[in-house]
Amino acid sequence: MFIVIACMLAGIALGYLLRRHKLRFIHRLTLVLIWLLLFLLGLEVGANETIVRQFGSLGLEALLLATAGTLGSVLAAWALWLVIRIKPSKL
Amino acid sequence: MKGSIVILSFFATGLLLGLFHWIPTELLNYNFSFYVLCALMFSVGISIGNDPSSFRQFRHLNPRLLFLPILTMLGTWIGVLAVSFMLSGRSAADCLAVGSGFGYYSLSGILITQYKGIELGTIALLSNIIREVITLLLAPWMVQYFGKLAPISAGGATTMDTTFPVIVRYSGKDYAIVSIYHGFVMDFSVPFLVTFFCSL
Repeated sequence: MFIVIACMLAGIALGYLLRRHKLRFIHRLTLVLIWLLLFLLGLEVGANETIVRQFGSLGLEALLLATAGTLGSVLAAWALWLVIRIKPSKL
Repeated sequence: MKGSIVILSFFATGLLLGLFHWIPTELLNYNFSFYVLCALMFSVGISIGNDPSSFRQFRHLNPRLLFLPILTMLGTWIGVLAVSFMLSGRSAADCLAVGSGFGYYSLSGILITQYKGIELGTIALLSNIIREVITLLLAPWMVQYFGKLAPISAGGATTMDTTFPVIVRYSGKDYAIVSIYHGFVMDFSVPFLVTFFCSL
């Protein structure tokens, strides 16, 4: 699985080497690849009868994880907010 | 918002075609999506490396706000860990991997499907879509009760694109750079953290 990370690091190196050239098409390429991958992911989910049957319970687990994760991060941000506000300083 | 709908409609189209077996799913047997994923990560890398100027503008930030992404991560992990005890059949590492998508549903759904299989990948996709939607809908309420940094943390990796307009609207223009900085750091961290928790 580290091949995936290696691909990104290779991309960063190449992008940095070519930093004098603005590679505008790369955002479009990224978007098209995301479309293709989500299409494939949808295909895989749809064709998998076990997943389709469990979709409701998977959705419920997803809802619980999303709510708990968001709430946790909101409380952490609140803590930092209180610290920053007590000691007034500019942004 | 419009971009998200387009992305999701690709997922929905695939879902319908798979559901009704309209196209041969043998397409999935050749590791094709793995190679596309590598290409995607390569192109994400290029766009990061190609734009060093985005690092420079972060120098004007209040140093204490530099910690915001770390707090977002810690808060999220504590939250999902608490839930992981309620979910039998999901390990703590599985839940941490899903949480570490931080709203970046396309990438985290795809990565987790590759590493851990389609079931956890589906949870990751749905969970991170829900996180983005929660932020979009509840941002004003978060600002009111938990301060102006709250919707930025809630938005996770999306605070420089999809949830950015909402954050600027409710936290104020002064928080635009914090929001972009936060989104940038979180975006960059997602592939590393997801890979890390999937390898545990």
